[in-house]
Amino acid sequence: MGWTRKDLLTMRELDAGEIVLLVDTAASLQEIATREIKKVPALRGKTIVNLFYEPSTRTRTSFEIAGKWLSADVINFSASGSSTSKGESFIDTAKNIAAMSPDVVVVRHSSAGAAELLARELACSVVNAGDGAHEHPTQALLDLLTIREKKGHFDGLHVAIVGDITNSRVARSNIHGMRKLGMTVTVAGPPTLIPPFVQELGVKVAYRLEDAIRDVDVIMLLRLQHERMRAGLIPSVREYSRYWGLTLDKLGRHARPDVLIMHPGPVNRGVELSPELADGPYSVILDQVAKGVAVRMGVLLLLAGSKGAAAA
Amino acid sequence: MSTPAPRFREKAQVLDEAALDRALTRIAHEILEKNGGAAELAFVGLRTRGVTLAHRLAAKIAKIDGATVPVGTLDITLYRDDLGIRGTPVIRGTDIPFSIKGKIVVLVDDVLFTGRTIRAALDALIDLGRPQSIQLATLIDRGHRELPIRPDYVGKNLPTSRRESVAVRLREHDGEDRVVIEEPEEA
Repeated sequence: MGWTRKDLLTMRELDAGEIVLLVDTAASLQEIATREIKKVPALRGKTIVNLFYEPSTRTRTSFEIAGKWLSADVINFSASGSSTSKGESFIDTAKNIAAMSPDVVVVRHSSAGAAELLARELACSVVNAGDGAHEHPTQALLDLLTIREKKGHFDGLHVAIVGDITNSRVARSNIHGMRKLGMTVTVAGPPTLIPPFVQELGVKVAYRLEDAIRDVDVIMLLRLQHERMRAGLIPSVREYSRYWGLTLDKLGRHARPDVLIMHPGPVNRGVELSPELADGPYSVILDQVAKGVAVRMGVLLLLAGSKGAAAA
Repeated sequence: MSTPAPRFREKAQVLDEAALDRALTRIAHEILEKNGGAAELAFVGLRTRGVTLAHRLAAKIAKIDGATVPVGTLDITLYRDDLGIRGTPVIRGTDIPFSIKGKIVVLVDDVLFTGRTIRAALDALIDLGRPQSIQLATLIDRGHRELPIRPDYVGKNLPTSRRESVAVRLREHDGEDRVVIEEPEEA
């Protein structure tokens, strides 16, 4: 199984073999984090540009660390403090960066399709680090790596994704990835935050938290994405928390004792997840963050270190 | 993307099961002799067959000397000088569950050829700590070195031509213990 793509844009376009190759590569790279000298020379002389048009701590830092541990040169470019605020268009900025010959551009943008547009314009590899409410493939990959490490396999697992499904690129990328690996997915949330026709992605829908979390292996909670949400979709944050916030009590009454609790972050403590659960034994939230670096190392290595993949 | 690998056919057998075992026994004795015992020794095998050979050497030393020598696994993919030229890099992970600081590390590989793998292994190893010294054991030395690298322990010196290939077959992977020279099948 070889890697032949120039870019990593969506989970939707990958087949199961490619997903497993990415997860396997990341799993083998995790050991680097435990070393005294956390650096290997694999991508020496390669240049990676982080092009972030939306705020991000975890993802940008994680791509930066991943690139640096592989010995690439990593340049961070954020929209504020750049020529974007002077009126330069997205494509013009990208072309200017491309003129400096990077090997990989990692892009986050508030518009769905931004990464794909860039991939068509640029000869170098492009990684989608989140495009609007569309996809966030490296988040799905790190979620999959976390699940496989904790559960030992993917086969037949059942995952509940709870919260603001409509605005969540994490949900969409995970749904595509999990379905391809033979997992069952139930999405749940207030009807106003469940997109119409979501069943066409091959998922079940639940409209009550207790129905969603019963007998599942993994519960993935999502943040309310106020920045993408139109007003009036939920009566109040307090009411959302009352009906959809996961607490130890609800977990104890409805979920299995070996369930994993995941969250892509940032967590709004006390809204979608109670603090004692976020820090408790069911939670693998910090494992997810640690695996994020390994997954991004794997993605950068396959894109910039494979013959043919990055060939312009 | 990858060019189809040429098909090889067996040309000659170099070592049979008994000869392979005798070579490993001799190497185990030489390691003990050169280092005055097994103290501070550690084996690091190169994936995949070097790891198996490292475990066999450790077992021989346990039998001869009673000492337990730790065995680790090294994946040098991230250190290769031909990354990006050879298709998709396959990372299978390094697993050295002991500190190599101050140890006499014996690198174990099945076939020594150009020396580029060992060059990468030296870099990979030194990134993990500062051993007292590094020695090299190889079952077959087939010549054609491209770098100034030489083995400390050799099972068998085997003059080959570049177009030939040396296959070390081990019970754990291939169901048999023997070493053969292969040559490309004429198209």
